[in-house]
Amino acid sequence: MSAPAPKVDCEALFRYVLRLGDLSLVLGQRLGEWVGHSPALEEDLGLANIALDLIGQARLLLTYAGELEGRGRDEDKLAYLREQGAYFNAILAEQPNGDFGQTIVRQVLIDAFQLELYERLAASRDERLAAIAAKSVKEVRYHLRYSSDWLVRLGDGTAESHARAQAALDLLWPYTVELFAADDLDRQMADGGIAPQLSEVHCAWSARIDAILCEATLKRPADRPHAWHGKRGQHSEHLGYILAEMQYLQRTYPDARW
Amino acid sequence: MSYVNSGSDEQTKAERAAAARNAAARVATAWQLLASVEDPEIPALSIVDLGLVRFVDVDPDGALEVGLSPTYVGCPATEVIRRSVQDALRPGGVGNFKVTNVLSPAWSSDWISSDGRRKLLEYGIVPPDNSVSNMRDVLRGTRRLACPRCRSLDTETVSEFGSTPCKALHRCRACLEPFEYFKCI
Repeated sequence: MSAPAPKVDCEALFRYVLRLGDLSLVLGQRLGEWVGHSPALEEDLGLANIALDLIGQARLLLTYAGELEGRGRDEDKLAYLREQGAYFNAILAEQPNGDFGQTIVRQVLIDAFQLELYERLAASRDERLAAIAAKSVKEVRYHLRYSSDWLVRLGDGTAESHARAQAALDLLWPYTVELFAADDLDRQMADGGIAPQLSEVHCAWSARIDAILCEATLKRPADRPHAWHGKRGQHSEHLGYILAEMQYLQRTYPDARW
Repeated sequence: MSYVNSGSDEQTKAERAAAARNAAARVATAWQLLASVEDPEIPALSIVDLGLVRFVDVDPDGALEVGLSPTYVGCPATEVIRRSVQDALRPGGVGNFKVTNVLSPAWSSDWISSDGRRKLLEYGIVPPDNSVSNMRDVLRGTRRLACPRCRSLDTETVSEFGSTPCKALHRCRACLEPFEYFKCI
């Protein structure tokens, strides 16, 4: 038998769960911007449904984070009343929608990440996190099915759609580095049996992305070192605008209810 | 639970048996009432047909507890279903009750009853495969579905997401009608 994993304190777990929840929340909010503007009704429904699933994940995760923190913040307080520096999502999620191809590339990159991460989190020593991951991963499979199907259609489509998909991939690829750059918190979670090693997630993600890009006839950009710190609360200029729109009502009319 | 035994053993035994009978009757009534609660998105099916009711129990304090599983984590119907359950149970004579959200194990389309699958098809929605485990649906690949109207196998997928997250949109090339498929999850 292996030695028992070191105990993880509530405060660290709180920050880790926020990271996961914020990734889903910010991406869900971004996808919501497509509602009424998608290229076709089917894509309007598809993107809105994925956004809804992501907001659902965020609700479960932020509720749990609030309980771990124990200072009476619920999902709404955490979503609507935190400032930019207290958001811990990787900054890939907050990058603008761009054209449809850019949205699809961002979605494939994050869907594949969530799929590989959640599959492993389902075996977490933390039962609540395991339950949330096991539930969410079923939905994420359909997100990736949708997004990868579109990436293949765009990449292996016309010269125009191929060029746009490749440009979006080149633009967004550098941000993927942050998803797998393990910091102290990631290592603490892995050592404590709460979360998988990010290197392991990276390997699985990489293989899955290669297969999709191959079918899409797109070229995988080279990895270059970058230091992004969205997971520590240092964001791109885009997050502020997302929060301004998302938080406007609760900040203008505190505790407003339907 | 603290329990003060004030009567004789026989009396206690009789009381316990009566309490158990009473609890069983309440649980049976609750199941009957729940079978009449329609799904807000697919009113042809009850929440029992869909396998959303995980358990009905009476806890030691005498409260009846109903465990409900959400289908999808962001599904807006979850709140509506919860309220419908409360509305159905309140006047129904099951005594005091509470509704609990059950996250684990995660709801699966495998839990839709055979009756539920028949009702789905009659309603015009192709029911999910019988088992998630065959993975036909997972990740890229095609699904061959028979049109629920004309039975033709000449059908195509239009979108992975239909009017709700739980359904995909398909089209029949023979009769040209669109139809939905309840996804395996």
